[in-house]
Amino acid sequence: MDLRFGDSKPTDEERAAVDALLGPPESSWEGADRSDADLRWARGGREARDRRDQLLPALHALNDRVGWISEGALDYVCRRLTVPPAEAYGVATFYAMFSVRPRPATVLHVCADLACTAAGAPALCADIESRLGPESGVHVERSPCLGLCERAPATLTVRAGVASARLGAPPLGEFEDEAVQADRGSGGAAPGVGNGEGRRGRNTLHTTAVCAPATPATAVAAATTPESAPAEPTPEAAVPQAGTPTLTLLHRIGTVDPASLDDYRAHGGYTALRRAFALGPAGVIREVTDSGLLGRGGAAFPTGRKWQATAAQPDHPHYLVCNADESEPGTFKDRVLMEGDPYALVEAMTIAGYATGAHKGYLYLRGEYPRALARLTHAITQARTRGLLGDDVLGQGYAFDIEIRRGAGAYICGEETALFNSIEGYRGEPRSKPPFPVEKGLFGKPTVENNVETLVNVLPILTLGAPAYAAIGTGTSTGPKLFCVSGSVARPGVYELPFGATLGELLTLAGVREGLRAVLLGGAAGGFVRPDELDIPLTFEGTREAGTTLGSGVVMAFDDTVPLPRLLLRIAEFFRDESCGQCVPCRVGTVRQEEALHRIVDRTGADAAVDITLLREVGRAMRDASICGLGQTAWNAVESAIDRLGAYE
Amino acid sequence: MTAIPLGVPRRLVEFTLDGQEARVPEGSTILDACRAAGKDVPTLCEGDTLTPKNACRVCVVDVEGARTLAPACSRKAEPGMVVRTDTERARHSRKVVLELLASSVDLSTTPSVAQWIKEYEAKPDRFGPNAARVDEEPRVDNDLYVRDYGKCILCYKCVDACGDQWQNSFAISVSGRGFDARISVEHDGPLTDSACVYCGNCIEVCPTGALSFKSEFDMRAAGTWDEERQTETTTVCAYCGVGCNLTLHVQDNEIVKVTSPHDNPVTHGNLCIKGRFGYQHVQNRD
Repeated sequence: MDLRFGDSKPTDEERAAVDALLGPPESSWEGADRSDADLRWARGGREARDRRDQLLPALHALNDRVGWISEGALDYVCRRLTVPPAEAYGVATFYAMFSVRPRPATVLHVCADLACTAAGAPALCADIESRLGPESGVHVERSPCLGLCERAPATLTVRAGVASARLGAPPLGEFEDEAVQADRGSGGAAPGVGNGEGRRGRNTLHTTAVCAPATPATAVAAATTPESAPAEPTPEAAVPQAGTPTLTLLHRIGTVDPASLDDYRAHGGYTALRRAFALGPAGVIREVTDSGLLGRGGAAFPTGRKWQATAAQPDHPHYLVCNADESEPGTFKDRVLMEGDPYALVEAMTIAGYATGAHKGYLYLRGEYPRALARLTHAITQARTRGLLGDDVLGQGYAFDIEIRRGAGAYICGEETALFNSIEGYRGEPRSKPPFPVEKGLFGKPTVENNVETLVNVLPILTLGAPAYAAIGTGTSTGPKLFCVSGSVARPGVYELPFGATLGELLTLAGVREGLRAVLLGGAAGGFVRPDELDIPLTFEGTREAGTTLGSGVVMAFDDTVPLPRLLLRIAEFFRDESCGQCVPCRVGTVRQEEALHRIVDRTGADAAVDITLLREVGRAMRDASICGLGQTAWNAVESAIDRLGAYE
Repeated sequence: MTAIPLGVPRRLVEFTLDGQEARVPEGSTILDACRAAGKDVPTLCEGDTLTPKNACRVCVVDVEGARTLAPACSRKAEPGMVVRTDTERARHSRKVVLELLASSVDLSTTPSVAQWIKEYEAKPDRFGPNAARVDEEPRVDNDLYVRDYGKCILCYKCVDACGDQWQNSFAISVSGRGFDARISVEHDGPLTDSACVYCGNCIEVCPTGALSFKSEFDMRAAGTWDEERQTETTTVCAYCGVGCNLTLHVQDNEIVKVTSPHDNPVTHGNLCIKGRFGYQHVQNRD
């Protein structure tokens, strides 16, 4: 490619950050100083374009180190990867966690989404913003759901700085519980740790700190001194049922050390993979098909059918992608699984790769999940060292490895084809289907993409056997299901119940509080139900019959303290912010929806009627004509609130 | 003699279009079939020389058994498919899409759109006077063409024409996200600091007039632009040996714009800076 690059140069720090990822440049064609040899040969073209997928990791490297992406830095990345600067700029401006304008090294993300709003986030945001002015060296951003709903309200501090030995990967044998400490590596040995308050530069280590539940004081303290923020509660704190012997998916959380591969193996780990090797790929697919497993990400597609369709594709290589971009407001089950039982996901991905003929698995992990990143990076390294990943998994002659790719703040990248574009280094815009991913997915090759919870279900399918697994739950919704319960309940967290339990049973288990006004099922893309509908069975077919959806398993209870129109407005804001902008119904429709909800936030009856008609018409066009599920579901929750709950009456 | 590429013979796909049997060569889109059957389906982001992006969603049609509507411009006809182009559902989505577009950008120079707005009874004003609009000042940063993003519907055609579908300059991309997404060069700078080679192939495919010749932009501003008084003459570019076809748009004996026939089997409507903008010498009369 004959590309034109600008004259801006990267700083030494920016160059070092990129080179740490990509290695030093080989020639002036890639941004090194010009030598005589460079005049005799040209580098670039087709081979260089094959590295396009390193664009997002390179942008992360800059953002982690410097906190924003300058012109010189972006141009340098483009030279290194032979990416047109205009396209790289389009990618950098797509993600909410990146900035192409200078900003302080520390960014404090304050969750302003549903569960946090109900827990007082608006006042918290305002208070934090008043305490952390421009001179504080902290940039405060209102963020979509951080996936910490069980501990609402939540904040996440990200301070740019030098990576520890390996970002997010604690040194072997020194695994510490907090992402904060994990990021700090061996801790305190680097010069100047702790005195780089709000500054960027060599003296500061890249640090993240989760603060939840947050008060203005704790959030501000975590933002200004993230390295000494108090430890996050352990993952089992998010599992009220922890230790109950009947658990299938969550049984290891709280009982095994998530850092220890030996502990994992001592508790049944890697028996499923052994069984898989005994069955052979076709046998595994048969088991998964017979188990009746349906995708847990929200679409409920039969997993066995997806695997079979991918495995049967003649085109090679095949890829496995694990969708861990858990961004649906109210969803945090995948985070808890990854933080509490990371080896289970590694094992499940290995099985899925084996069954579908893939030798490479990508784990696309939400950018806002630092502890899950640390745990999985550690787990993958350990598994590789012990021959459970690599050229010869378990000595069976099967090669498989997993690469983690971090998202950077885009709900849309949880859409399967948008996720492919994101990994490939393009803007995370959905592709039109057909062709479907099983035929042309990641890098245009047959790809199977599964949600974290879906994959983890494969382990009990193989250890129990398909018939025993299928006996759990109902006839069409088989197996156990994780529910993310938050809001107005005494014991919020991830609950595991067999399919078929009713909404009321789940809420009773979680200790629903008095004055229940509404329950949101499935998150922002789901729908509200009334307090008198608690007998809805929590199955795919049961919720469908009741005219609602199970979605990703969100169950958010609301009482009267937050007016419903405020919640609806927040949902509309969420979709407006997260629309990728590709198709007209969603790009403009989500804006018009928010405007109309703004107008009627304090109105009812006839005063709201005109706007409700407008909402219905726009909503119907979004549902019918949008390219992907984001636009198609952007009106669901609002519609259900109007029709079922009688909002605005 | 013009060489007519015959290509490999293609099988015919049979399906039902608005209750009539339709037979189109394999690989044809629903839109191809509609056009062959003489049906008018509105399109904005579809371009005859580009791969459909199906971003505007104004061409949606009803495919029996599908959960959502399908974009006619890119959905391929499949055997046995039952397609209806004029259901209430499809018309509703087209109407709302037209309302959403017309309420957010300036469609005054988009051909046919006024007629569609009338046909579908779209009422862009219903979103009220405070409805958010893409309010961008026209960017006049060079002597050749103007970018007026207040008229841009984000059809991606200019990006595709500048990128790997035609020019391979990659000077522009979509930046930002959602309603704030815009076509821009790197770092959102002026064109003169970008990789733009001024071939003007983006203007050739722009469906809304967001990209226009500086000459057209100035004449519109002065109120002198009048297509009724313009003649179009197709000739051969005199600069090099390729022999691209130029269509000169002439008003009052002055060349005011240059386009190129899209059905030219060699150039498909693409030109370089010389053919597109290098016409001044023709009208220097001193």
